Amino acid sequence: MASVSPSQALLLAMILFALGLAGVLARRNLVFLLMSIEIMLNAAGLAFVVAGSRWHQPDGQILFILVLTLAASEVAVGLALILRIHQRNASLDADAAAKLKG
Amino acid sequence: MNAAFYLAAAVAVIATVLTITRTSAVHALLYLVVSLLAVAVVFYVLGAPFAAALEVIVYAGAIIVLFVFVVMMLNLGEAAAAEERRWIAPRYWIGPAALSALLAAELCYLYVSGAAQPSGGAVRPTVVGAALFGPYLLAVELASMLLLAGLVGAYHIGRHLFADGAARAGPDGPRGE
Repeated sequence: MASVSPSQALLLAMILFALGLAGVLARRNLVFLLMSIEIMLNAAGLAFVVAGSRWHQPDGQILFILVLTLAASEVAVGLALILRIHQRNASLDADAAAKLKG
Repeated sequence: MNAAFYLAAAVAVIATVLTITRTSAVHALLYLVVSLLAVAVVFYVLGAPFAAALEVIVYAGAIIVLFVFVVMMLNLGEAAAAEERRWIAPRYWIGPAALSALLAAELCYLYVSGAAQPSGGAVRPTVVGAALFGPYLLAVELASMLLLAGLVGAYHIGRHLFADGAARAGPDGPRGE
C-alpha cells in the first residue's frame, strides 16, 4: 500500500490556505472574514500534522492542538466583537466598522 | 490509501471553494463543516488519528456551533421563520449532504476493506499525550492561559449586548459611589 506523499499533502494545505486568503481579501461580511480566517488556521494545522506524520513524531499533532486552542479563543472574541459591531452599526460590512470610536 | 487521500482532498477543496463563494452565511457554514470533516479524514489517512478526532470534536463541533449561534442571533427579528422555511428546500442542503455522503462512503470503504490502518505507521494518541505532558507542559499551560483570556475577553465584550441600560450602569455604579 503506497503511502501518501508529504508534498501532495502540503500542496493541499497550500491550496486551502490560499482559498482562505482569497476569502479574507474578497469578502466584506465580517462573518465570512472570520470563517476564512478559520480556513487559513486549519490549513496551517494541516501543514503541522503533515510534517509530524512525515517524521513520525508527535510534535506536529501537539502544535495542531495549540493552533486549535488559538482558533477557539480567537473565534470566541471575534464573534463577540461581531455581535457588538452588528448592534452598533446594524450592518456586518467590514468597512462600516472602520470608525471604531464614536 | 492514496485514493482515499485524493478523494478527501478533493472534497475539502470543493467544499472550501463553495464556502467562500456563498452569499448566505448558513449555507457557507454547512460547506465549512464538510470541509473540516474532509480535513479530518485527511488527518486520519496521514496517520494522525488523535488530530482527526480533535478536528471533528473541536472544529466541526464546538467552533461551528459558536458560528451557528451567532448567525442565528444576527438573523433574529427580520422574518426569520419565513427564511427558515425557504432554507429547508432541498436545493440548499443537497450539496453539503452529497459531499458528506461521499466522505461517509469513503470511511465505510476504509473500515470494511481493512485498509483503516494508516500507512507508514501512525502516531498514536498515547505518544501524543505523553509528549503533551512531558516536554510540552509549559505550552499546555500557556494554551490554558490563552483560553482563559479568550473566555474573559469574550465575556467582557459581550457583557452589555442585551441589557443595554441596566447592565451598563452596573460596573460603573460602585466606583462612583
